[in-house]
Amino acid sequence: MAGAVTTDEPSVGPVERLSLYSSMVLSREFETEAERQYKAAKIGGYCHLSSGQEAATVGCVEGLGEDDYLVTGYRCHGFALARGVPPEEVMAELFGRQGGCAHGRGGSMHLLDVDRNYYGGWGIVAGQLPVATGLALGAVRQDRRSAVLCELGDGAVNMGAWHESLNLAALWDLPIVFLVVNNSYGMGTSVERASAEPEIYRRAEAHRMHGERIDGNDLDAVLEASTRLLDRARSERLPAVIEAVTYRYRGHSVADAGIAYRSKEEVASWKEHRDPISLQRDLLLTQGVPEDEIAGVERAAIEAVRRAVEFADSSPEPSTDEMASGVYSPGSARQFERMRPGSPFGEASLTFDAGLGS
Amino acid sequence: MTYREAIRLALREEMNRDSSVFVMGEEVGLFDGSYKVTSGLMDEFGPDRVRDTPISEEAFVGAGVGAAMIGERPVVEIMTLNFLLVAMDQVINHAAKVGAMFGGEVRVPMVIRTPNGAGNQLTAQHSQSFDGWFAGTPGLKVIAPSNPRDARALLKAAIRDDDPVLFIENLPLYKQKGEVDTADDSVGEIGRAAVAREGSDLTMVSHSFATTRCLDVAERLESEHGYSVEVIDLRSLRPLDVETVSESVARTNRAVCVEEGWPTYGVTAELAARIQRACFDDLDAPVERVGMAEVPLPYAKSLEIEAMPNTDRIIAAAIATLEGAK
Repeated sequence: MAGAVTTDEPSVGPVERLSLYSSMVLSREFETEAERQYKAAKIGGYCHLSSGQEAATVGCVEGLGEDDYLVTGYRCHGFALARGVPPEEVMAELFGRQGGCAHGRGGSMHLLDVDRNYYGGWGIVAGQLPVATGLALGAVRQDRRSAVLCELGDGAVNMGAWHESLNLAALWDLPIVFLVVNNSYGMGTSVERASAEPEIYRRAEAHRMHGERIDGNDLDAVLEASTRLLDRARSERLPAVIEAVTYRYRGHSVADAGIAYRSKEEVASWKEHRDPISLQRDLLLTQGVPEDEIAGVERAAIEAVRRAVEFADSSPEPSTDEMASGVYSPGSARQFERMRPGSPFGEASLTFDAGLGS
Repeated sequence: MTYREAIRLALREEMNRDSSVFVMGEEVGLFDGSYKVTSGLMDEFGPDRVRDTPISEEAFVGAGVGAAMIGERPVVEIMTLNFLLVAMDQVINHAAKVGAMFGGEVRVPMVIRTPNGAGNQLTAQHSQSFDGWFAGTPGLKVIAPSNPRDARALLKAAIRDDDPVLFIENLPLYKQKGEVDTADDSVGEIGRAAVAREGSDLTMVSHSFATTRCLDVAERLESEHGYSVEVIDLRSLRPLDVETVSESVARTNRAVCVEEGWPTYGVTAELAARIQRACFDDLDAPVERVGMAEVPLPYAKSLEIEAMPNTDRIIAAAIATLEGAK
């Protein structure tokens, strides 16, 4: 991990650390349960798990203030949870239920929570970067002292949208931090096989933007960098790139066993030596937090996930009568009322009677 | 005033009315607009509200989406519709998806303005009309007015609308003049076609510059052939006002649909499908379609003229519909 910053001295005290640990464990337990529920066919579509990446996720989200914005790609369960979206609403969204944070319209990849300034959950690699750049532009236009944290994977940095967004952010002095979660593989293609410049953070230089690489499994390092760079973005309108080097334990999605392109030894080595949750557990003990308090936090996370499944299971399926709700803004029904004649068979009842803009 | 001036007037009026409205695009400010639509606006509103962008459509269209998601009302200018192709992911997979995919929790009140059209020997990459592609996408609204009055009223409606609107202009229309009552500040209604000319023998359905062509053709069909031709100006492609079209065809019993783009899978294909279903018992002839010849537009002037939906081709289609193919 050339150039990655690792902290020597833990800067986080035991109380805050236990709270962040709790968030990391919740994320891990949630992903473990999501995989179970996927295999039980309660969850469909794609389901991208982030087990192993908890320090990068929780540490960066912790650097956000209440008025800051969060935008992510599709590996987003952990980000939503870290931002405070109730696990019930996240699991219900994965189950495709009305009680989900997107009312069953988005699924695993399209979580959001406008009240918490979490603006999605986007499924096209790098497509969220221009959108996040626009959030930063909007925040500036509205004179808010808000920063945007835009998460992307290592696979996204070879897309044109990455270069275009970095250019615009630097050119217009926008308060945005691009968080590259470098988990070593874009699907099954390693960073080295995809990027001519595998030290991704260095690409920021091309736009005269600050970039740095951190050990994404070291919570203290992540928190320090995200806090510093988000503060700077907020107060000085300076964009930045953080490359958090981490590792994904599971496959690209639940459908990928994750062994065709990497060795079992490699996965085992990360789990044994660099597991972000084990590292935090050790630090908590070193900082004098009693074992039973740590165990209590772990039990609470398991219980929260159990309740999330219970809620998701009991949440109703979205009503077919409301299929078209949300597609257009309220009031659009009047604009569409003359479109009905000659519409394709069956479409009239679905499109025009199913809650369109009403 | 001209179509170009009417759009500028609408922009100015909406920017004066609402500080969240801002213009963004290539050469919209210092250069005064590639086609001078935004001429003078940077001096009037400053570089923050008339924001020049680099040549980077994917980024600034997406930036419009993001800004709109938190309540700004960006009006993004794309130099021509052809260049919107490099930002298609942002238009189709982002702007059009937000409302539904996020369960109605957030909206994108954004306008993308862009001209299309052919006829200036701009050749294959700069002469295309993809209106039908966008109009076939749930989540978008697509407006394409044919005259200055509608351009002003409907652009104001588009800016005030809470959904992403593609506002399609047209290069040959920019210089076209028409009556605009500057004292009448009213906002147009989206999803309403207009009867641009009344008639009883044939209905011609069109939008944007094709409406100009159809009005010319209608005059000639009357003066040279004695036919009374009704011309429908769709104005809005999504929502599509099929009611006005089908009411007209039910009276005239004949329809010719005209567009600037390729008719295969195009706007006229959709119209023909709707008309045959809504007016099956009324039709006395097959629905005819006229559009761009199905080739990438050639450079040579002689070829370009022949490839476009020119007056002669529309007249031939109308006569065939009225008298039967000979």
